[in-house]
Amino acid sequence: MIDLLAQADNALDGLKAVGAGLGYGLAAIGPGVGIGLVVGNAITAMARQPESAGMVRTTMFLGIAFTEALALIGFVVFILLNFA
Amino acid sequence: MSEKVDERSTDFPQVSQLAEPEKSIVRDMLLRGLKISPAWLALSLVFWGVNGLASSAYGLGLIFANFAFAAALLTWAGRISVGALMFAALGGFVLRLAILTVAVIAFSKIGVFAPIPLAITIIVSHLGLLVWETRYVSISLAYPGLRPSQMTQRNRKEIK
Repeated sequence: MIDLLAQADNALDGLKAVGAGLGYGLAAIGPGVGIGLVVGNAITAMARQPESAGMVRTTMFLGIAFTEALALIGFVVFILLNFA
Repeated sequence: MSEKVDERSTDFPQVSQLAEPEKSIVRDMLLRGLKISPAWLALSLVFWGVNGLASSAYGLGLIFANFAFAAALLTWAGRISVGALMFAALGGFVLRLAILTVAVIAFSKIGVFAPIPLAITIIVSHLGLLVWETRYVSISLAYPGLRPSQMTQRNRKEIK
């Protein structure tokens, strides 16, 4: 009986690790799409108005960093599920 | 007699010839981060002890390195072409997440690892530095890092 409980506990730990990994991967999809949209539109803007490329790149960099914060939230959940 | 036209001469500046704003943005963010880090580390020491201090310091280092690497990558790619910029932005995102993951897993093997202060530091420092920088950039997109004047702040209060 105790062996069975120990096995179940190990299985739960494994499932937790799998869930954390899956969650992290899924959380990175949205920001990936978001960064694609940000950079794609920034490149369109730079192609249309090359003289404003500096301004566009400033906004693009901040947009990328803000979008990446979403992935970092997924990363933090991964850390907490795996190590806390 | 055919006239040779220099294709490089154009009225429009090339993307690669323009200023590289990522560097100045990240320099400002790192300077502000370094200013605020001692206070954050002291709070970590008070709330979570020495392990919390070490984990917070590691988290701050990761975020600073993440910003610096992102800026360096985008600046380098921007000098090549816009296609390289697109590749660097998307590839860099995946690469930086992978590096962060490996760095945290490696750090977790060390005895001073404390997950909660590390997690809080990563989120708070990333978002805090970004919001702080955006406040300055939003004053004028053309001049990132421009400090809002006292007059601007007074006007804001009067409008409220």
